[in-house]
Formats: sequence, structure tokens, C-alpha cells
Amino acid sequence: MFRRIDDAVRPAGITIWFEGQSLHAQAGDSLAAALLIHDAGAFRTTPVSGAPRAPYCLMGVCFDCLVEVDGVPNRQACMIEVRDGMQVRRQHGPAGVADDG
Amino acid sequence: MGGTAHDAIVVGGGLVGSAIALGLADAGLSVTLLDEGDVALRASRGNFGLVWVQGKGLPLDGYAPWTRRSSDLWPDFADRLTGETGREIDYQRQGGFHLCLNEEELQARALLIKRLHNQAGPDGYDCRVLDRDDLRQSLPGIGDAVVGGTFCPYDGCVNPLALLQALHAAGQKCGVTYLPGRRVDRIEGSGTCFAVRSGAEIHRADRLVLAAGLANRPLGAWIGLDVPVSPERGQVLVTERAQPWLDLPTTYVRQMKEGSVLLGDSHEDVGFDTGTTVAVTGDIATRALRTFPALAHLRVVRTWGALRVMTPDGCPVYDESDAHPGAYAVSCHSGVTLAAAHANVLAPAIADGSFRNIFAGFTGRRFDVSAH
Ligand SMILES: Cc1cc2nc3c(=O)[nH]c(=O)nc-3n(C[C@H](O)[C@H](O)[C@H](O)COP(=O)(O)OP(=O)(O)OC[C@H]3O[C@@H](n4cnc5c(N)ncnc54)[C@H](O)[C@@H]3O)c2cc1C
Ligand code: FES
Repeated sequence: MFRRIDDAVRPAGITIWFEGQSLHAQAGDSLAAALLIHDAGAFRTTPVSGAPRAPYCLMGVCFDCLVEVDGVPNRQACMIEVRDGMQVRRQHGPAGVADDG
Repeated sequence: MGGTAHDAIVVGGGLVGSAIALGLADAGLSVTLLDEGDVALRASRGNFGLVWVQGKGLPLDGYAPWTRRSSDLWPDFADRLTGETGREIDYQRQGGFHLCLNEEELQARALLIKRLHNQAGPDGYDCRVLDRDDLRQSLPGIGDAVVGGTFCPYDGCVNPLALLQALHAAGQKCGVTYLPGRRVDRIEGSGTCFAVRSGAEIHRADRLVLAAGLANRPLGAWIGLDVPVSPERGQVLVTERAQPWLDLPTTYVRQMKEGSVLLGDSHEDVGFDTGTTVAVTGDIATRALRTFPALAHLRVVRTWGALRVMTPDGCPVYDESDAHPGAYAVSCHSGVTLAAAHANVLAPAIADGSFRNIFAGFTGRRFDVSAH
């Protein structure tokens, strides 16, 4: 559905992991853009109704792009730059509050 | 004469005005609710949503029983609002805590509760002082910084924005005409008829209730009432939504049904400034973290400031004008807590004329300096 506007510009390729699968990305990509190019589908489900959501505003205000990044829940994929080896998972509903402090 | 005629006009569509408008409509009056709009100062849209009993009462004798009465009316009131409007308001009444982080705080709190017990006399004031081990049984997540606290079984909470919507919706179902974008700028009373102006628009009624929050002070002057309210800022932080983790509310940390955690309870005198500051939000966050260390895992997504409608003694001020009988001003800090009593007790007393007898103790004249 999405493709890069300028295929000629190719900064170094990097690998990120989405739900355990490796995906190709380019340095400087926002995580949301990198996932959208690979048709990642729903990024998260909402805490209240469980409805699926994907990035909407791509500028940090709608929170519909939330994913878990390197074990940290509820991160805004549109506000994060990809990093080689990044482990990304869908955000299912609300984050947990761990008891250990 | 001109202008639209009603049985009653309520000025201010916050929690106080909406609850009173609903109660007046229940009593069979045709009611128009005039509300300013988004530029107004509106505590009803920035509060913590506690339906709170513990700690309230002093120094005004009638305030503790009035709060308790509203708390007792709340379960049926909540059912009614949701039943009539289909709006869930997430009301619960399973008790609540006030937590203390050092011995002085705990001792001051225990003393306050003791004085409230004494004030209540044989009716009792059902609030218990607990040490850390007692607290851990119901609140396993508290940190070692918590030395103790108090628990009251009547405390509860609600989603305050949903409550405001439900009050408006229920009022309109019962015939209240809600008119937003009407900033009242002039009130004229002749005999028992009031002409209330908003720009070029005039509304008339023989009963008038001012429930405009902090604007009750300037508006009260039109009907000869000195309404001693002033702003007190509270800042609130809200986290991302999290899994259910805190069942019972505390005075400064609570979890909403949808999962966000609210942190709050600052008190500042900064005039009409609704901003937020790093210093105060930092203090709020630090206190919340010492109380519940696991909160460190959550991110704060929004902060805001809102102005409490504060009276000199923190207790409600209810008055009917002597110069203009039929004109009332209703101001209070705990408008969430008192919503049920405002709709079910105060509004009927305005409708049937018994207000003065029932609410004499709440008059603003209690602040007049007596000359001996
Ligand atoms: C941070 C904070 C936390 C709080 N927490 C709690 C809590 O946990 N529990 C609790 O019980 N209470 C709480 N409160 C208090 C509670 O929010 C207020 O008591 C309540 O909202 C007051 O409602 P109100 O309708 O009197 O005033 P407001 O909400 O201020 O509403 C006034 C209304 O009048 C309208 N208005 C103003 N001027 C005019 C005019 N000239 N013409 C027409 N309309 C006008 C405005 O548009 C507004 O809608 C809290 C308050 C704050 C600030
Ligand atoms: S897409 Fe809206 S916040 Fe990320």
C-alpha cells in the first residue's frame, strides 16, 4: 500500500524485528513509516473496546500508533526512529503496571 | 417586556448548575440553563472525580452530614443518570484512602478525623486510621515511604466528564433548555421577576440560580449578594492507560475505569492562572511515586491546571438574596461529591420555597465580621 517516494536515496539498510520477524528498514525512518511500508496492519488494540488501530496523524498527537519497543509498552511509533535490532511488538490493550517498582 | 419567559433560569452549566437545573425540572419547573462556553473557567472539566466524605466537615457544623447525605444519595442518583441517558459514568463506592508519607502528616490526619468524630457526635464519623501493615492488606502496592493513612467506607469516585455529560443529557430529557455560548453580563430584578441578559438576548424568570463557579462573585453583585469565592489552582497529571491495578481511589492517586491513572492534589493561590508548572507537577509525581513505586513504569501523557471554586472556610456557600427573594447563589468546592444532594435536596428546596429554612447555616453571612 505504501512505497518510498524516492527509491534512489538509500541510506544504509538496517534490520528491525516485528512480532519476531525481521524487516528491512532504512536509517532515519520513523518506526511507524518502516512498519507501514511492510503492511504491518493493526499496530495496537485499544484498552477499552479492543478495536484495532494503526497510525493516523503521524505527528504524535493521536496515539493510534502505539507499539511495544524493546519491552517498553505504549511507545508512539511515529515519534521513534528505527534502530538496528529493535524489537517491536503490537500493543495489546493497556500496559501492565509491574509490582516490583 | 420582551425576552423569553421561563419558571427558572440557572446561570452556569458546570456540575453545580447542571445538577440544580435537573432537580428544578424534576420539580416541574420549566428551566433554562445559560452557559458561557469554552473560554470560561470551568472546574467541572478539570477535577479529580472523587465522591468524597472523609476529611470533610470542619469548621461548618452542617457540612459533614450534608456531604454524607449526598454520598448516600449517590448510588441511586448514578443509576438514575445512566438509566435515563445510557451514559456510563463509572461510579463506585467501595471506600477510599488518604495516605500519609510521614509521622507528622499521619498525626495531623488522625487528629482531624478525631475532631470530625467529636463534631459528628453519636452519628459517628466512619473513618479509620490505619498503619502501613493494615494498608498493605488492601493496597499491596504501597511503598515503604507510606507510614499510614485513613480509610472511609463511604468514599467513592466517578468519571467527572461523563458525569457532566450525563447531567446535561438527563436535564435535557427532563425538559431543561440548555443554551451554550451565553455569557450572562447583566441581571436586572424588578419585584420578583428577573431579566437576565447575554448580549442582546434577554431571558426572564421569577426564580434565578447563580451557579457560575468563580463568576458567582461578580454576578452576585447584580442581585445584592456578596459571594466570597476565589480561585485555588490544582494541577493534575494523567498517565497512559494501564491494566486495572488500583481498585480503590486515594486522595491523590486514582485509576480511571479506562486505565489512566490520575495524580493530583496540589493547592496554589495563583489568581486566575490555569497553567501548569514543572515544580508542582514534579512534586505531584514524586509523591505519587513514593506512594506507589510501580507507577515508575507509566508515562505521563497530559497535565493540566484547573481552578477550584474556593470559599473562605472550604465549605459550600448557599444564599438567597434578601434584596431579591427568588434569586439564589450556589457555590462550593466539592461539586462532584455534592451533585446528588444538589439535584435531590437543594433544587427541590428552591422550587418549593423552603430553601431559607433548610440552608440557613450555609449562608455567606457567616463570614461577616461581627461587631461587639
Ligand atoms: C483540580 C481540581 C480537583 C477537584 N477534585 C474534586 C473531587 O475530586 N471531588 C469533588 O467533589 N470536587 C472536586 N473539585 C471541585 C469541583 O470540580 C467543583 O466544585 C465543581 O466543578 C464546581 O462546579 P461549578 O459548576 O460550580 O463551577 P464550574 O465548573 O467552574 O462551572 C461554572 C460554569 O459557569 C459558566 N459561567 C461562568 N461565567 C458565566 C457567565 N457570566 N454567564 C454564563 N455562564 C457562566 C461556565 O461556562 C461554567 O460552565 C476539584 C476541582 C479542581 C479544580
Ligand atoms: S500516528 Fe498519531 S501519534 Fe503516532
